[in-house]
Amino acid sequence: MPSFYGVEIASALMMGTAGFPSPHALAQAVKASGAQIVTVSLRRESGTERAGQAFWSLVRDLGVRVLPNTAGCHTVQEAVTTARMARDVFETNWVKLEVIGDDDTLQPDVFGLVEAARRLCADAFEVFPYTTEDLVVADRLVEAGCRVLMPWGAPIGSARGLNNVFGLRALRARFPDVPLVIDAGIGVPSHAAQAMELGFDAVLVNTAIAQADDPALMASAFAKAVEAGLAARAAGPIEPRDFAVPSTPVPGQALLA
Amino acid sequence: MRILVNGDPHDLAASTVERALEELGFAGAVVATAVNGEFVAAASRASTVLTEGDRLEVLAPMQGG
Repeated sequence: MPSFYGVEIASALMMGTAGFPSPHALAQAVKASGAQIVTVSLRRESGTERAGQAFWSLVRDLGVRVLPNTAGCHTVQEAVTTARMARDVFETNWVKLEVIGDDDTLQPDVFGLVEAARRLCADAFEVFPYTTEDLVVADRLVEAGCRVLMPWGAPIGSARGLNNVFGLRALRARFPDVPLVIDAGIGVPSHAAQAMELGFDAVLVNTAIAQADDPALMASAFAKAVEAGLAARAAGPIEPRDFAVPSTPVPGQALLA
Repeated sequence: MRILVNGDPHDLAASTVERALEELGFAGAVVATAVNGEFVAAASRASTVLTEGDRLEVLAPMQGG
């Protein structure tokens, strides 16, 4: 099971809370997923509607840890200020750091990300940076003080799975002791199982669950997939081969031709 | 005094962030604040003075991925 900044987590499935058809559907899905960590955000609040208060009450009742994000931030300053505001509200040093560099792909601005991570780590934050699979960027993030990395599988909400398996395997091999979480692009439970089979410590899933026809059922399917992938990794998968290898023993075969 | 609250103009009698939140209906609410892009911690709201034209951001927990 994963450990983030010294905190042992009982589930390798993490869930986002956005885009559910109703608060009830969100609560049911979180329960069905077994997730112990959910991501949350900060948005402008109206003094008359106070929508955020109702949401926060619902999340608190779920009894899970929250990982606040800096979604929508495009600059280092915005991300750092948002993180500080999140810490004030959520009373946690954890922050899922996003600095977006491209509006079409929501690809992280890795230069801004490293700078923001440096500033936040120096201010006692425990940073979960949303990054790409780039090894050099990952090195810089670890140098900045990040003790968890969250590489994308594919662009946020794209449901394309693990776009660059080679790059993700290299990242896993390069950072054997840093918890790695696949953060974006997971579309179906088999993608999550694949991530766990590759040795990732956890997956963060939002849209694939929130926008399924039955979010709670999909959440439970993801929980099973993550469990299967984790068990497969522990069991030691065989390596792919270029040619067939007979599974039925050849010795003792009758000569009938 | 006219200040921008989450982008909308408001005429407020309050002169501190803490009083402004009460006047705007945020009493008892879980919110984070910033003035002119600078984070204002909950503990500093009573001593943070607002002046004409300031931009006050009031954020609350919301769904996120």
